[in-house]
Amino acid sequence: MSFDIPALIGRSTLNRIQVLGQSTIFLVIAFIQAFLPPFRFIRLLKEIEFIGSRSILIVAVTGLFTGMVLGLQGYHTLTQFGAEALLGSAVALSIIRELGPVLCALMVTGRAGSAIAAQIGIMKITDQFPALEMMAIDPVKYVISPKIIAGIISLPLLTAVFDVIGIMGGYLVGVKLLGVNEGAYFGKMVSAVTFTDIYGGILKSLSFGLLIAWIPSYMGFMAEPTTEGVSTATTNAVVLTSLSILIVDYILTSLLL
Amino acid sequence: MIRVENLVKKYGNTVASNRLNCRFEQGKVTVILGGSGSGKSTLLRQITGLERPDSGSIYFDGMDLTLASKKKLYVKRKKMGMLFQGSALFNYLNIFENIAFPLREHTKIAESVIKTIVTMKLEMVGLRGTEKLMPSQLSGGMMKRVGLARAIVMDPKIIFYDEPTSGLDPISTGVIGKLIMDLNSKLNITSVVVSHDIKSSFRIADKIIILFYGDIIAEGSVDEIRNSEDLRVKQFINGEPEGPIPFNRTDKNYLDELLMEQE
Repeated sequence: MSFDIPALIGRSTLNRIQVLGQSTIFLVIAFIQAFLPPFRFIRLLKEIEFIGSRSILIVAVTGLFTGMVLGLQGYHTLTQFGAEALLGSAVALSIIRELGPVLCALMVTGRAGSAIAAQIGIMKITDQFPALEMMAIDPVKYVISPKIIAGIISLPLLTAVFDVIGIMGGYLVGVKLLGVNEGAYFGKMVSAVTFTDIYGGILKSLSFGLLIAWIPSYMGFMAEPTTEGVSTATTNAVVLTSLSILIVDYILTSLLL
Repeated sequence: MIRVENLVKKYGNTVASNRLNCRFEQGKVTVILGGSGSGKSTLLRQITGLERPDSGSIYFDGMDLTLASKKKLYVKRKKMGMLFQGSALFNYLNIFENIAFPLREHTKIAESVIKTIVTMKLEMVGLRGTEKLMPSQLSGGMMKRVGLARAIVMDPKIIFYDEPTSGLDPISTGVIGKLIMDLNSKLNITSVVVSHDIKSSFRIADKIIILFYGDIIAEGSVDEIRNSEDLRVKQFINGEPEGPIPFNRTDKNYLDELLMEQE
């Protein structure tokens, strides 16, 4: 083996571009298939239950503590300038614009994203995809499409839960514990938060929902058909999805501001 | 029923199917025999349309599957059943739902009728009473029987079996063999079995095809194969370690390789 560095770089670049292309085609096919008959509403509901409903508790707890920490930190910073009345708007803006969509997506990636990659990987190593094929059922349409749609539907709703509970967490610490005026907390919030903030948060959570269903599905689908392959795919799915969420968050923020 | 013509499939430098020609007759049990890497599973995957050949044709009921669109392939697939090596049961559905799955997807049959059909199929494989269990609660042999019940639930004209007896105890092997013969004789279903189990293959087969590194080296009835003069066939059916079929995967001389290590 010779160490031909340009060739190595070239080969790995080509590989990466190929994966990018493949995964995009995979997404496009799964997305289009979702809107072609036969429709499987029960499958979609089950996926929403899996990605959405079962994430509510973990999202709520994360939201509560995020809001409480923001209340605590915000209060101690703002009192230095005598501006603790602005606590409400500070908490609400940071949660609605950034922390809500991003933290919620990261938590759901850890819970549902890993499970999606593992589940699809296991279906692959146990021949369940060719089994579907042999029953004249398109595996991508049956397994992947509902997950993509469920991700896009679930994440904005989960983010809304996160936002509300986060703001209540800030209220608990700021108003109830540290004595910020209740009217100021909510009053300033209402005047500070604009529709653009909420719209930006929803747009982010929609994109993150897509990423959470897409990347783990692809990793599971392309996993080496061995037990080791499935565990690697699961790890990679969580790492890649989390990184993509942070990168996409930066891009969307820069476009929205 | 199925006619394979000049089928070629290569993976890199490995030839999995080398201009294969064979037929699978209506209502007969045809067994494809061969060792590991002989290309028998690849042949099965091509006949079922799970993989496309590099060249050649596969006629199923007069239609060339290698040229068929996905839609047409899916229409033909509804007449096919397949028992996978690992059963390929859906791990998130219980036994009843696994067997009912193709019915629910492709038909609008009433729930009570689905229940009757599933019960009948489970009775055929001798597993009535397991409806509520999950696949993980069954033994390997039982999973294969459930897989078989699912494969026949749409009343297919042809059933493919991928290593139906591998990893099973002798009694389960006998049960599966009997099921294959029963389905074949009672329902006139065409069967294609991929196997390396000589004993049970000889018991169930109407016709045997022996593959060796992508080539068909023998084809005929059980007696013809048993009396074959081909040394490779003789070695294979008697399971002899020495013979024209090499056990080692490398061409390197053993002594040379050992001496190289020393230097």
